[in-house]
Amino acid sequence: MKWSEFFVTGEPLIYAADVAIVLTMVGIVFVLTYFKKWKWLWNEWLTTVDHKKIGVMYIICAVLMLFRGGVDALLMRAQLTAPNMKFLDAQHYNEIFTTHGTIMILFMAMPFIIGLMNIVVPLQIGARDVAFPYLNALSFWLFFFGALLFNISFVIGGSPDAGWTAYFPLAGNEFSHGVGNNYYAVALQISGIGTLMTGINFLVTILKMRAPGMTLMRMPMFTWTILITCVLIIFAFPVLTVALALMTFDRIFGTQFFTMANGGMSMLWANLFWIWGHPEVYIVILPSFGIFSEVVSTFAQKRLFGYKAMVGSIVGIAFLSFIVWVHHFFTMGAGPAVNSAFSITTMAIAIPTGVKIFNWLFTIRKGKIRFTTAMLWSLAFIPNFVIGGVTGVMLAMAAADYQYHNSYFLIAHFHYVLIAGTVFACFAGLHYWYPKMFGHILNERLGKWTFWLFMIGFNICFFPMYFLGLMGMTRRMYTYSADLGWTPLNVVATVGAALMGIGFIVLCYNIYYSARYGERDMTGDPWNGRTLEWATASPPVHYNFPVTPVVEDLDAYWVMKKKYGGFQVKEEDLKPIHMPSNSGRPFWMSVAFFVAGFGLVFKWFALAIVGALFIVLGLILRSFEDDDGYYIPVDEIKRMERAARKGA
Amino acid sequence: MKRARWRAVLVLPLLFLLGGCVERTAVLNPQGPVARMQYDLIMWSVGFMLFIIVVVFTLFAVFLIRYREKPENAGYEPPDEEGNTLLEVVWTAIPILIVAALAVPTVKATFALEKPPTEKVEPITIHVTAANWKWIFSYPEENIETVNYVHIPAGVPVKFKLTSVGPMNSFWVPELGGQKYAMDGMETELILQADKPGSYMGRSANFSGEKFAHMEFEVVAQTGDDFRKWVNEVKQTAPKLDEKKYTQILKPGLVGRMTFSNTHLEWIDHAKQNSHHGNDHSMKNENQSDEAMTESHHYGE
Repeated sequence: MKWSEFFVTGEPLIYAADVAIVLTMVGIVFVLTYFKKWKWLWNEWLTTVDHKKIGVMYIICAVLMLFRGGVDALLMRAQLTAPNMKFLDAQHYNEIFTTHGTIMILFMAMPFIIGLMNIVVPLQIGARDVAFPYLNALSFWLFFFGALLFNISFVIGGSPDAGWTAYFPLAGNEFSHGVGNNYYAVALQISGIGTLMTGINFLVTILKMRAPGMTLMRMPMFTWTILITCVLIIFAFPVLTVALALMTFDRIFGTQFFTMANGGMSMLWANLFWIWGHPEVYIVILPSFGIFSEVVSTFAQKRLFGYKAMVGSIVGIAFLSFIVWVHHFFTMGAGPAVNSAFSITTMAIAIPTGVKIFNWLFTIRKGKIRFTTAMLWSLAFIPNFVIGGVTGVMLAMAAADYQYHNSYFLIAHFHYVLIAGTVFACFAGLHYWYPKMFGHILNERLGKWTFWLFMIGFNICFFPMYFLGLMGMTRRMYTYSADLGWTPLNVVATVGAALMGIGFIVLCYNIYYSARYGERDMTGDPWNGRTLEWATASPPVHYNFPVTPVVEDLDAYWVMKKKYGGFQVKEEDLKPIHMPSNSGRPFWMSVAFFVAGFGLVFKWFALAIVGALFIVLGLILRSFEDDDGYYIPVDEIKRMERAARKGA
Repeated sequence: MKRARWRAVLVLPLLFLLGGCVERTAVLNPQGPVARMQYDLIMWSVGFMLFIIVVVFTLFAVFLIRYREKPENAGYEPPDEEGNTLLEVVWTAIPILIVAALAVPTVKATFALEKPPTEKVEPITIHVTAANWKWIFSYPEENIETVNYVHIPAGVPVKFKLTSVGPMNSFWVPELGGQKYAMDGMETELILQADKPGSYMGRSANFSGEKFAHMEFEVVAQTGDDFRKWVNEVKQTAPKLDEKKYTQILKPGLVGRMTFSNTHLEWIDHAKQNSHHGNDHSMKNENQSDEAMTESHHYGE
């Protein structure tokens, strides 16, 4: 690699981005130095093992990545507005749709969900933290530096350009010469390790650390969905780990697993990718179902309808999600028997999903619905997701799929399920749990503006795409000719995308506005909630609960409020609380991962080895570490409780 | 509710498109028995899907309007209901029935698509080779070859035997029927048929690199007589293809339409270069540096 190729050059957009990145970094350093915040940053955030702070950091990253992925999307929509546009060239467009897909799934949806589960799950089950707080910090920093590595490809070396699915042989050395797909392989690997550890961590947390009385069938629905999601992560992510490792070997060390020559098999990649990839979409949708269940039940002011059927459905969906992957390539000619079998398993997913839809509908029936912003997102989910769902069933029909595959019909379908499912859920969860995270409520008026702009924009953007698909427009085309008649619907779609962008800007303004002027939540329970997270202060003291709550039924906090008028803590019950110590090692070990990864991407093996040595050093130091955490004395707990309840 | 009315506005363009400007909507404008079978299946499923949408949207709108919080019901306390077994059985059973009603014709059609739609007429075979970024059509029986366009006789089933010299592509002519992938070292078969003479656009539906968007081709369906006339004309007037010219065509880039009076199958069938099946001849190519290897091993022989 020549130094002239190290930095991406030649595009005004890239130069503008370079300037913006440098200015932002200078700005951050200046602010931190000027306000003497370096020490605060290190002690309070970079070394924290507190699940709530880790969750907040996940969500900050997710919102930043939503911005990045959203800008990618707007650039694509701009390019496709009219036929034969010259706004982006083919190569640039190919890089942008690749990073858009990869970032939105892996660095936006995943961390948003994982952030919410970090904040909420320990609180919902009445625990003080996760089972392995140190590991949790390592998970976050691995995700962070994986995402960072992926994002710098934009200005250093060049972005991946073979699609987020990275099908071989296109993604191999034979057709992708630059370092772009090396970034893909290595960055996803690093953050994927973090995700796998999160899966193990939360599985153990949920199974072992529930408050006394909380049997499995008394767990809040969100916690249930996270439990099942962890199982999916644990079974699915190792497949991605192996597939990416083989890809890395192919691209960096010249092996021939997926190549055209010497016995390579490109279809093997497609299979491995989707054996992970299909469960992956359920990893981001099941927690969303959990969020909707919590929000709908809270604001319908009514118990979740058919709780047992809801649990059964998510278990069923999780099981089915592992036996449908071939539907992503019915058109590769696996034969009618195989295609028929996978058609039927795929359509079967509609059955438990349908059960869930009706259970949500019957939760609001006979309820008393309060139209908060969180509730609007959750309600809008139902009709929009049903549109995505029924078109999913249409795609599942193999013989018909030959006409939909890779067309804009597919694009419309998966945006209808992923945006109306996951993104709406992230926004619902953000508004719902925001007071728990920061102690103040996001402004409802601005929140509703965001909702209507984004939801209407979303429909204007993606509904026409169903018809573009039926007209023969295929995904990943950087341009099209005028005589195809696709122009009007493309113009409409671009208008919708712009509305979504405006909605996002209102959301960002709302975050700023509410931090300055937002209503403080003194009660800890601003929505009249039903689950244990609302029994704590907003934001909770870092040990969460002064004494472990006792659970008597589903909707534990609701029952407490009915029976005892709230969560009663007697001072004589207080005992010293055991908490884990902070550690800087997860941070610097992840930096080492980043350095090693960067070395691998550019095949600078000396650098990669140095990074790897530091990773091993971190492991050794951790193995010999003798730190059992610390105890918070009772007097200190009393003082902190009084301060928290006063809203100080 | 506002939202429910808003949905109605969204469904209208659907009806409009189904009724009005169908000729633009390739998938909904089938021009052969294969596409028609898929069209029928699509329409069958659309009926069920509209039924589901109507049911859900109606319940949704009714519940939102009736059970919203308003000053009159301030004292109302929602009941503490856990569920309703009968209702839950109903809304599990109905989706099962719908899935069954969709699965049976899907399986039937999926099997039927693997066979020619008619047995009265002998099918013709055309080999299709996708390369960066062009489509090469070889007629083994007629011994002619075309690039970026293909002539077929109307009313005759055509067996397209698909392969690729590089990234995966997908061969799609929406008006004649659904697509199938063309993959290196493999052969897939797609059977299509045109009802009547006409011109149909085809394109690659799977991303294959920089100029993928330009991977279009035209399918020209002709009467049997016209088709035979065209074949004879090609045989008499078109130049011969040789290995040198062929290697040139395969180089990454765009080319216009071309016609030859022989086929590249004389010296290479890329579908049989399936190294993972054991008969690999590119093994000799071991000293490829990853920067510049490709040319030698899959373009040259």
